[in-house]
Amino acid sequence: MFAYAIKRTLFTLPIMLGVSLVCFALVHLAPGDPLVSVLPPDASQAIKEQMMALYGFDRPYLEQFARWLARVAQGDLGTSIRTGRPVSLEIGKAVGNTLMIAALATLIGFVLGTLFGFVAGYFRDSWLDKAASAAAVFGVSVPHYWLGMILVIIFAVQLGWLPPTGAGPGGSEAWVWDWVHVQHLILPAVTMSVIPMGIIARTVRALVAEILSQEFVAGLRAKGLSESGVFGHVVKNAAPTALAVMGIQLGYLLGGSILIETVFSWPGSGLLLNDAIFQRDLPLLQGTILVLALFFVVLNLVVDVMQTTLDPRIQRA
Amino acid sequence: MSASPAGALVRSPGYWVAVLRRFARDPVAIGAAAVVLGLILMAVFAPWLAPQDPLQGMTLKRLRPPGTEGHLLGTDELGRDMLSRLIHGARISLFMGIVPVFTALLAGAAIGIVAGYAGGWTNSLLMRTMDVFFAFPSVLLAVALAGALGPGILNSIIALTLVFVPPIARVAESVTTGVRSRDYVEAAKASGAGALTIIRKHVLGNVLGPIFVYAMSLIAVCMILASGLSFLGLGVKPPMPDWGLMLNTLRTAIYTQPLLCALPGVMIFITSISFNIMTDGLRSAMDIKA
Amino acid sequence: MAALLEVRGLVKNFPVRTDLLGRVKSFVSAVDGVDFDLHQGETLGVVGESGCGKSTTARLLLHLIEPTAGTIRFEGRTVGTAELPWKAFRRQVQMVFQDSYASLNPRLTVAESIAFGPMVHGLSRREAEARANALLDRVGLEPNLMAGRFTHELSGGQRQRVNIARALALHPRVLVLDEAVSALDKSVEAQVLNLLLDLKEEFRLTYLFISHDLEVVRFMATRVLVMYLGRVAELGPTEALYTGSRHPYTTALLGSMLSMDPDRRTDAAPISGDPPNPIDPPAGCRFHTRCASAEPACAGRVPVLTALGGGHAVACHMSEPGSGHSRATGRAA
Repeated sequence: MFAYAIKRTLFTLPIMLGVSLVCFALVHLAPGDPLVSVLPPDASQAIKEQMMALYGFDRPYLEQFARWLARVAQGDLGTSIRTGRPVSLEIGKAVGNTLMIAALATLIGFVLGTLFGFVAGYFRDSWLDKAASAAAVFGVSVPHYWLGMILVIIFAVQLGWLPPTGAGPGGSEAWVWDWVHVQHLILPAVTMSVIPMGIIARTVRALVAEILSQEFVAGLRAKGLSESGVFGHVVKNAAPTALAVMGIQLGYLLGGSILIETVFSWPGSGLLLNDAIFQRDLPLLQGTILVLALFFVVLNLVVDVMQTTLDPRIQRA
Repeated sequence: MSASPAGALVRSPGYWVAVLRRFARDPVAIGAAAVVLGLILMAVFAPWLAPQDPLQGMTLKRLRPPGTEGHLLGTDELGRDMLSRLIHGARISLFMGIVPVFTALLAGAAIGIVAGYAGGWTNSLLMRTMDVFFAFPSVLLAVALAGALGPGILNSIIALTLVFVPPIARVAESVTTGVRSRDYVEAAKASGAGALTIIRKHVLGNVLGPIFVYAMSLIAVCMILASGLSFLGLGVKPPMPDWGLMLNTLRTAIYTQPLLCALPGVMIFITSISFNIMTDGLRSAMDIKA
Repeated sequence: MAALLEVRGLVKNFPVRTDLLGRVKSFVSAVDGVDFDLHQGETLGVVGESGCGKSTTARLLLHLIEPTAGTIRFEGRTVGTAELPWKAFRRQVQMVFQDSYASLNPRLTVAESIAFGPMVHGLSRREAEARANALLDRVGLEPNLMAGRFTHELSGGQRQRVNIARALALHPRVLVLDEAVSALDKSVEAQVLNLLLDLKEEFRLTYLFISHDLEVVRFMATRVLVMYLGRVAELGPTEALYTGSRHPYTTALLGSMLSMDPDRRTDAAPISGDPPNPIDPPAGCRFHTRCASAEPACAGRVPVLTALGGGHAVACHMSEPGSGHSRATGRAA
């Protein structure tokens, strides 16, 4: 088990290096020179070259990459061109905020998804299955940013029950766990939960249906095991995969929060990314993408190792 | 066996005929396919179907609610006819959903089939490279690429293609690896055929179906993602009528004309759910155990 | 008589574990130094438990997997060299697989499957399809009814007839039959076996007949080769081997077959337990861990395949003069 974790971690390192390379290349993919947003358009050629040298943009790509990587390894993601603050600081706060809604959304999605999935898998081809499956198709088909707008229209504009946008009085700086602030979490988290709900429901339905069709279940029933006992077996066999899917979904939500956060003006990593793109703050763009992608890689690693531990059927050398 | 009727050659219907017959027996899937067909027809014949010019607006008649005289679905923030814009929007929205998946299908299938058939270090090199792109959540990768490249249709297509190549390559690799070890491929090798002949005659026919259906299932995802890019201002540029972009520009009217704001999203939703249901139906129709 | 096909020193190791740098740490010794000849017109039966390397030997013979070592000569020419390239060799040697379903492409019609090989070797589609129809007729399938059908519409016996026709489509001289009838019902099996005997006569074929079914091998084979854990244990003319086996493994194997018939029961000790792990095979004679006559000498050295006369040879310390086994005989040829 431990050996597998070590091996799997070692295999992740080249992926992380590749991810870093892609993030590094993004800046050079961008049209125009990387200083376009800090320099006035009429800046002289001499100043341009001076600045290029200062930021190291005049060096060969490989050297730039090595230097950048070395700095990143020490936790230095550079300085935001717009705010002048360290990128790592900006990202840390934003990722924390995103994690709040993403974790809540994953939790809601997991609870509803497993519920729908179990019902659908247990009563296959009944109207319950059809209804639960329809909910799952809805979850994976609905453009969630649009769903967010609809929820705002209903619950904020029409009913006035919940605040439409933002993170409460004082913004994210003044966040406290009281109702005034927490109510801002509800709409973004519910909107976001639709995707993991659909995917988890589909996975669980397939898992449950497959487990129930296996011979050992018929064997258990033949031995006189009660339905609740059978249910216990199904849960035990379906849990590792369902939990793994949940873990991966959390990663997708964290990385894909930009649309939801734009709709709800939620001060998370997605909104930060949006600002970085439109203000052409390339160090911030690069840093945010790198942190989110590496987080996703590590999450995948953890989920994989945990699934192997939980699920005795998976034997990996 | 000995009694041989000297009749005409008996030719059995092929696999795809059987799949289509099964598909035709699934009323939900057929309904979804009809909707998809309708949307495609709407996109093709948009100039003839739309009652008005989707780009021409009247500033005096801005943000009229649905049901307004002369504007069945109201007008947008620049006074343009919503119905005409929604009809024309099918063109660019379907285009942005289908084209990146199609280009990714060509590239991803080629990469995956080569990797799966060759095996060994060729496989490792290709698939580990794919893993790097797979390590990004798809929305993040699309936004990062589109953000770095800048807004525009072509840049969005490039970004979305890059997002969908790795998953398609992975599916292609896994089905090809499965087919490669089948005895009929061994038998073809034993008959002295070269790799290209075997791929063309024995591998493609057995792997393209599953890869194609997988790619179809990505069209809905791609459309939502492309609309999302436009919604963020990273995709289609104004004044082009794109459903995602319309959601973006109408957002400011959320308090005054909520129903109007919701309309473009309804179109995206109908399209993506129809594609999803159609693909699900096709997939279960292909699941022939014979 | 010069052999049609000579196999010498065939070895195949499958890597099972690699370290982080991809170097092989351990491997399965699937075939370990197999030598045999195949003579024109004979049927050489290959028997042994599952996992003994029968199928691997067949696949090595057709170069479907890369051998670790060994040479194959066909009519005196070394295969895989300029003397006889693999493609030319494959016209001469064809194979019928065990799984009749998996060995036919589900997307091709019966005729297309059979015509594929000849088209690879330069026949036009029309010629290849004519040949396919003729062969279908020859293997007992009505071309008009069968040529346009797909695999899943055929019965197991029909599919295996198609596979035989496909193997014959290149007019080969040798057919490797890898458990070709094992998956069939007994009644169908008998029909296919008779078909194979007829075809052998008609096309002057030579068979390498691999099976775990000793009765079927006795019915089909002129000579028999017994394999144990990747090595040749015993080789000899069918009747000599079935009535006078010299290797304890062969005796035990035959004993397990005959024990169904009370009049022909032998006193041979049954083989106990499972075969040893081929990743770490026993030293010396690989059978010594399960052999009732094993002595310390058996674990020390690999027994040499010793000729006993009449084409009969055995790799056992008891039949090898001066092997150090207490029952070693001096009766070597």
